[in-house]
Amino acid sequence: MSQENIHRVVITGMGWVTPLGHDIESVWQRLQRGDSGISQTTHFDASTFPTTFSGEVRDYDFRDFVKNPEYHQHPGLNTQFALGAARLAWKMAGLDDFDNLNRERAGIYLGSGEGTLDFDNYVASHLAGLDTDTMKIHGKAWIAAARDRLSMWSEVEQEANMTLNHVAMELNISGPAYNCLTACAASTQAIGEAAEILRRGDTDLMVSGGAHSMIHPLGVTGFNRLTALSNRNDDPTGASRPFNLTRDGFVLGEGSGMIILETLEHAQNRGANIIAEIVGFGSSADAYRITDIHPEGRGPIAAMQGALEQAGIGPQDVDYISAHGTGTKENDSVETRAVKSVFAEHASTVRMSSIKSMMGHLIAAAGAVELITCTLAIRDNILPPTINLDTPDPECDLDYVPNKPYHGDVTICLSNSFGFGGQNDALVVREYRD
Amino acid sequence: MSRRVVITGLGTVSGLGIGIDALWDGVCEGRSSIDVIKCFDISDFECQIGTELPEFKIRDFVPKSYRKATKVMARDIELAVIAADLAVRDAGLVTPGVDAEGERQYDGPRMGCHIGAGLIAAEANELTAALVKATDENGVFNMHQWGADGMNHLTPLWLLKYLPNMLACHVTIIHEAQGPSNTITCAEASGGLSVGESLRVIERNAADICFCGGAESKMNIMTFYRQQLTGRLTTQYNDHPAEAVRPFDQNASGMVTGEGGGIIMLEAKETADQRDASPYAELIGFGASHTINPENVGLEPDAEGTGIASAMRSALRDAETTPDAINAIIAFGSGQPACDAAEVSAIKTVFTDDAGQIPIWSSKPFVGNTGAGAGGIDVALAAKMIREQTIPARINCNNPIADLQVATADATKAELQHIMVVSTSLGGQNVALILKRV
Repeated sequence: MSQENIHRVVITGMGWVTPLGHDIESVWQRLQRGDSGISQTTHFDASTFPTTFSGEVRDYDFRDFVKNPEYHQHPGLNTQFALGAARLAWKMAGLDDFDNLNRERAGIYLGSGEGTLDFDNYVASHLAGLDTDTMKIHGKAWIAAARDRLSMWSEVEQEANMTLNHVAMELNISGPAYNCLTACAASTQAIGEAAEILRRGDTDLMVSGGAHSMIHPLGVTGFNRLTALSNRNDDPTGASRPFNLTRDGFVLGEGSGMIILETLEHAQNRGANIIAEIVGFGSSADAYRITDIHPEGRGPIAAMQGALEQAGIGPQDVDYISAHGTGTKENDSVETRAVKSVFAEHASTVRMSSIKSMMGHLIAAAGAVELITCTLAIRDNILPPTINLDTPDPECDLDYVPNKPYHGDVTICLSNSFGFGGQNDALVVREYRD
Repeated sequence: MSRRVVITGLGTVSGLGIGIDALWDGVCEGRSSIDVIKCFDISDFECQIGTELPEFKIRDFVPKSYRKATKVMARDIELAVIAADLAVRDAGLVTPGVDAEGERQYDGPRMGCHIGAGLIAAEANELTAALVKATDENGVFNMHQWGADGMNHLTPLWLLKYLPNMLACHVTIIHEAQGPSNTITCAEASGGLSVGESLRVIERNAADICFCGGAESKMNIMTFYRQQLTGRLTTQYNDHPAEAVRPFDQNASGMVTGEGGGIIMLEAKETADQRDASPYAELIGFGASHTINPENVGLEPDAEGTGIASAMRSALRDAETTPDAINAIIAFGSGQPACDAAEVSAIKTVFTDDAGQIPIWSSKPFVGNTGAGAGGIDVALAAKMIREQTIPARINCNNPIADLQVATADATKAELQHIMVVSTSLGGQNVALILKRV
């Protein structure tokens, strides 16, 4: 495709539902203050689990946000979060009052997680079906129990494209529709690919972002077995401590981040308020090991370089890196090494922080929420801090904006997301200029 | 001009066997692999039939150094890994996955990977062994016991077996494909959307070659029951499994699910030419859309097939061609009456006067609906149809619901310049792809 056919891609609306709240401005204030959204887990009784805390969404009812509740009779948790965030983004973009949208040219690309398991009934069906002599599931006994217990909607809503189905229906858009699920990189990847679709001119507008909750018994079990979660049970708000020498794992969060992307022409023609421009996207695979990140971070390096290259900028142009910054031993030191490799002599001056220190890790939804934070940083020239950073790790020796926000010019941000298994994505977002 | 993209390797696994040749022979001979399910006791289920792979050993399809990692592969992952191995070999490529010593044609960072995946269910037997440690004296599950003890009876890497992105991750590791990588999870549309995404990635020069397609196994008691709960599965052919899936037939009564997958090697034409590859076909068109059906969100297409038609039109536009150029359509053709009716309506809308002349074919009577595996299988078959200039047999359509070329027929030679492949996630995402003879 020739250069002149490539469209510029801008953000015109944003919404989120997070452990720190579900209003753009108030959550942004809390991020600047360094508030933590982490506390005891209440979705289920986690009191004997190795990890008893998480970042849960509170005081939220999706019915306060949707206009078509009849389409959403039994939505799973991801879908509930996504509907609120998408409605907020749609409204901010002024699309509630825009009657001329070509709905076939309005698409959606989400990075949303699988839905929440109907745990109690699932477990009871399995136990009823268990033949204790052979320790195997007996089909006849299992189906007898499952018939009584498992309902169609709680099962269907677990499919990873159901959030997509609900949001597309709620907003009545019928263009290209995707959901990707590259673990912790999913919504960054979704936004990157959505931007590519717009760049090519295949659509006028894309809804993008992600939604996820893994704060359920098997989600926490899975991460606890991997020893990936912090066990700092006596200090939930201090538990997520990216780049700290005493970090001991990440903290699960949940929620959704949604943005409206448009081609510049489409946004201008309808007189939309332009928030920022997406100028670079890079995607890569570590192709190393299922259980470990490549020690030199070759995948993250390739993703960051790809994003900078597409943006046509060098490391010296980047004012802020929104770190993947999970708070696991391995991630934070490898990410630091990768940033040093890409930024070379500029690594010592670039600022990088992790809002996971405050919200926890929203897994598939993390990247979208972090990208939204980047645009707010650009708007207000403020960088959110990494909280709980009181004991520096010699292996993590960059400027992580420790504990207090930074005030200064912010024009270009790089947002990193790295998935379990080695799929990596990076986005470059910049202040919009004509 | 964007770069041209060709299909150079095919790897499929299905009820008809391992490899594209087994699949091709089966569909040409009109042989259905749908049978009574054997992997768990199905006798009290309403639907008792599906498709299962013949027995295989995963270790035969991974390099020796990677055998240990097969322990953390759910069955869905195994299917993708096998299909990718077959696709690489079929394309005549050298990767560390097939030849550790050989000189590879493509550097790792120029190889991408986009593999569609489904919702992978935990193996019931593995989980139950741990659950039983957390039950009280009455056999009732207790969360305190689970947190304190039960969970410790799961293998530490348990979660990694079931993350949907692990299909792509294992494939990228085995073949050291370090380029752009994604995992699309849009049920039956996953495979087609993944092929489309690889097409775009190569067109925009972010990679030279990509693994794409998808794989899924619904042969798990929970996954299977989830399908049955939707009411989509036929319950009337338990005694005649081979006749169960009847796309576009008046006696159609639902789908049959199964396991399988297809991985395609998609390659920039310029680099494929440089290494003297022999492409099956060129991929020239891709379109996607979403179905809006207020009556049944995410479960059924709208009766007019508006969403499906939109994807077809968009693929035609992308290919810069017209409906009369299409010589055959691989339809989704699930045998689920509402879905088939919507598809017929979409074909008539898009192809208007030509609709009645175009042979319409479905793989579902032969290999069932393999979810995220379906699109890769169908794209592989379209590529094979073009190479062989043959339309495989059609079965189980004695009384067509429409005046279209869908009725039972033997395999036949045909002039095939362009084939359209259509996938739909039944009420959600739709995708259409157009392949062209090289």
